[in-house]
Amino acid sequence: MAFAWLPGAVGDIARGALTTILLIAVTTLAGTFLSILGAAGRRNGPVLLKRAIAWYVEIIRNTPFLVQLFFIFFGLPSLGIRLDPVLAAILAMTLNMAAYTIEIVGAGLDAVPGGQTEAALALGLRPRQVFIKIVLPQALKVIFPALTSQIVIMMLESAVVSQIAVRELTYEADMLQARTFRSFETYFVVTLVYLALSMALRRLLVTGGRRVLGAGVS
Amino acid sequence: MIEFTFWDIVRNLLLAARWTVLLSLAAFIGGGIVGLIVLFFRIAKNKWSRRIASGYIALFQGTPLLMQLFLMFFGLPMLGLRIEPWTAAVLGLTFFASAYLAEIWRSGVAALPLGQWDAGASLGLHYLQELRLIILPQAFSITRAPTVGFLVQLIKSTALTSIIGFEELVRTSNAINNATFEPFKVYGLVALIFFVMCFPLTQYARKLEKQMPAR
Repeated sequence: MAFAWLPGAVGDIARGALTTILLIAVTTLAGTFLSILGAAGRRNGPVLLKRAIAWYVEIIRNTPFLVQLFFIFFGLPSLGIRLDPVLAAILAMTLNMAAYTIEIVGAGLDAVPGGQTEAALALGLRPRQVFIKIVLPQALKVIFPALTSQIVIMMLESAVVSQIAVRELTYEADMLQARTFRSFETYFVVTLVYLALSMALRRLLVTGGRRVLGAGVS
Repeated sequence: MIEFTFWDIVRNLLLAARWTVLLSLAAFIGGGIVGLIVLFFRIAKNKWSRRIASGYIALFQGTPLLMQLFLMFFGLPMLGLRIEPWTAAVLGLTFFASAYLAEIWRSGVAALPLGQWDAGASLGLHYLQELRLIILPQAFSITRAPTVGFLVQLIKSTALTSIIGFEELVRTSNAINNATFEPFKVYGLVALIFFVMCFPLTQYARKLEKQMPAR
């Protein structure tokens, strides 16, 4: 074990970690938004939409993220859709995360008692206002712990996007070990960085959730 | 350049899928055995043993599987072991699976009423007998759905071993894609093969979940 290379590598590791954080931040926002639409569509949409969402969820949940990523990055250009690596990574991560969180958000929507909707309608709110102002906040509060876990899992899975040359933490690690010939040490340090990131992300989400939603997260 | 017909591609992918299946089974069995040991530590009476086991679980659940595989692949040779991608893949996935399975089964043990332990003790069973005859059978039976669910996750995770050079479905598909330049077809087929492997298991897990008596 030798760590003489470490001081010179701090900048690269920090830059990679920053890209990973950026990726997961965008994915969290886009994925949560998409899954709210998906969960609402699956409950109240037309039959065809319901069926399409159900299939989307099944397909994503039963195939590996790596294959989805390759399909989007290498496969879509033959349909004329060419994405640069970062966009392809964000798209793949968002589609992947949404398939899992649609079910989670859906469970939250089901957990809000029907009386809440009836009461809001009786007060004269329009259906859209009822959903956004009454049902959704209560649903998010219930599902916040599950959502937090899913976001952390997605952050860890994002290591895979190094395979399409997105310059995130794992990509920087690959480059570093090729330069220093200290493979084990490099991946060891980067693994610790991931561990710290996942712990910090969980802490941040739990504190944020408690403050914004009043969600009872332990 | 070699010409690949559609059936050549399918045949080669199916042949490679055997390795995906074999690796999933090996990791699931290995992970089950190691997971059982971790479970014993996790529910032991000794405080330190419990702490070490939860640290082990947190470590594997808090780092990317890809990093765990890299550490296996590059770390074991430093201990003087000659290592092939296959060994690194099986060991990496085994430890990964053990952490998740131990945590799933622990939740089953925690879900049992404490009266079960008391009843076992009052029948004169000692600790290991209680575990073997009373606690574990019930814990396994109520966690059957998440265990099958994790098997699906494990099958999908084998895709990552292509990155450390293990010749399974995804690595073969990369090679075929490099020869045929038909990524849409090749990766579409790979996704289909994974779907065919995972979907029945997902449905089975769902059925088990429905069968569970509500407590």
